[in-house]
Amino acid sequence: MLKVRTSLLNRLLARSYATAPSPHALVFLEHHQGDLDSASLSALTAASQLGGQVTGLVVGSPEEVPSVVEKAKRLNGLSTLLHSASPQYSTLLPETISPLFEKLLSQNSPFTHVVSAHSSSAKSILPRVAAKLDVPAVSDITSLEHDAASGSTTFTRPIYAGNAISTVRASSSIPIKFFTVRSTAFAAAGAEDAAGSEVKALDPVEVSDAPSEHLGTSLTKSDRPDLGVASRVVSGGRALKNAETFQSTLYPLADALGAAVGASRAAVDAGYADNSLQVGQTGKVVAPELYMALGISGAIQHLAGMKDSKLIIAVNKDPDAPIFQVADVGLVADLFEVVPEMVEKLKQ
Amino acid sequence: MRPSAVRLLNILVPIKRAVDYAVKIRVNPEQTGIDLNVKHSMNPFDEIAVEEAVRIRERLKDAVKSIKVVTIGPPKSAETLRTALAMGADSAIHVEIPESAPAPEPLGVAKTLKALIERQKEGVDVVIMGKQAIDDDAGQTGQMLAGLMGWSQATFASKVVVDPEQKVANVTREIDGGLEELRCKLPVIITTDLRQVHLQPRYASLPNIMKAKKKPVEKLTATDLGIDLTPRLETIKVTEPPKRVGGGKVANVDELLAKLKEVGITGKRA
Repeated sequence: MLKVRTSLLNRLLARSYATAPSPHALVFLEHHQGDLDSASLSALTAASQLGGQVTGLVVGSPEEVPSVVEKAKRLNGLSTLLHSASPQYSTLLPETISPLFEKLLSQNSPFTHVVSAHSSSAKSILPRVAAKLDVPAVSDITSLEHDAASGSTTFTRPIYAGNAISTVRASSSIPIKFFTVRSTAFAAAGAEDAAGSEVKALDPVEVSDAPSEHLGTSLTKSDRPDLGVASRVVSGGRALKNAETFQSTLYPLADALGAAVGASRAAVDAGYADNSLQVGQTGKVVAPELYMALGISGAIQHLAGMKDSKLIIAVNKDPDAPIFQVADVGLVADLFEVVPEMVEKLKQ
Repeated sequence: MRPSAVRLLNILVPIKRAVDYAVKIRVNPEQTGIDLNVKHSMNPFDEIAVEEAVRIRERLKDAVKSIKVVTIGPPKSAETLRTALAMGADSAIHVEIPESAPAPEPLGVAKTLKALIERQKEGVDVVIMGKQAIDDDAGQTGQMLAGLMGWSQATFASKVVVDPEQKVANVTREIDGGLEELRCKLPVIITTDLRQVHLQPRYASLPNIMKAKKKPVEKLTATDLGIDLTPRLETIKVTEPPKRVGGGKVANVDELLAKLKEVGITGKRA
């Protein structure tokens, strides 16, 4: 509570001196099956680091929204929670959702920043909204710093598949700063704050003749943890030979470790694993505690997706594979001998 | 309603010249960017977009009237346009920017594309482009263009089926955790995902490369279009990412597991 009061006070002071307004972030909180996405909780942490007020936004169908709001209103760092429910929000079509954002952000909008996870939905929606408001957007940031005096925000973000880090500044001339957050760079916000935030319902903006229509979704079902947020990942490459071998070799190890399964692009392209398991520049970026790369050579595109992992273990027959240059522990061996042995010994 | 002839489709494919995906890039000593004296090629996602456009024509035959490629970039980007023409595009537009000019931002590119679309006398029905450029990794241009035009959008597409009679495109998208199918009214902006096993971009044959040299390329500048491409975000510096140092190798599984144990990682008991 003290924090909120201080920021309020700051804002009043700032206003009276007619300098830049104190930051007020709008965080797009995504949810699935009644639970908030952990990547959105990381986005909330990033938004809190701006040092001002933070408002959350939950949109969805009338069936989903109430239970999500119950959870979201207790999130740490959130001063206000806005929610909007409509049957047309049951799938997040950018053409249907954008008008709600535009209404919220146009004319006398208190918001200085719009924040979301770097998720497939938010990546589709927010640039569309930013363009309509004639402001640039910053993608996939890994750190940020707001200068309250000048109203400018400085971000770092990876470019060239993570092979360079760019530091960019959005000055006060950009009235609303849009950015998406790399979830592995920020801890997820917790929900211990029992105080709760102020909850307000927003009328949905009806879009009558939307130019696109959702026909269906097929999600890859798995009992294992979700790749994007798993604390352990076991990943396989082309050396796994085929889809059957991929499964029969990697899945027991993943299960023995309680890990998610990932794959290199080579393994995905060869049809050994589903697209949604791909780790790399064109797939998912992960930063688990443990990343085990099995039969993966370590192309730069793959490294871009996993090199921020805490502990990288590589097993490869080729002692010169580039993966060994980043691996904390490497083992030059045939993975078909090593993996069953590991499974056996992990079970003991 | 009186019957009208099926509208012939005009497809626009924006492409970008970028540092080749296989190049190990190096940050320059001034920390203003990366060393650009390296091999460049067409952004891989855009290659997929060109391939997809050509395949749409192969499937729909005469229903596709034109495939036009466009790039916004320095003089050398002309090579990238020729590559796309050799892959099967009919004509090209090059919005040329000075070699020394800073790279335009997605919003500037989207505005330029909007201005170009508005100049097309026969209109544009399908814009198909990469989901992101592998240099700035922003992944915004397609969505921004869709917003500016007020058109439907289908990002991260892995399958595209255009129906010119119904004036719709059915698009399968890669989303977090699986796939999603959309039905988009034309005109539509589609951005392509690389994870398309079936879409290997074709190599241009020598005869096609020769033919591409004769295909028309219209040259314009941002000023011609009334667009200001000055970046609005200020790049303060570009640095090397923190180096990861390999921790060496172990001899066998037991040593490997011992290392895991050291950091508290053990098997999960069922």
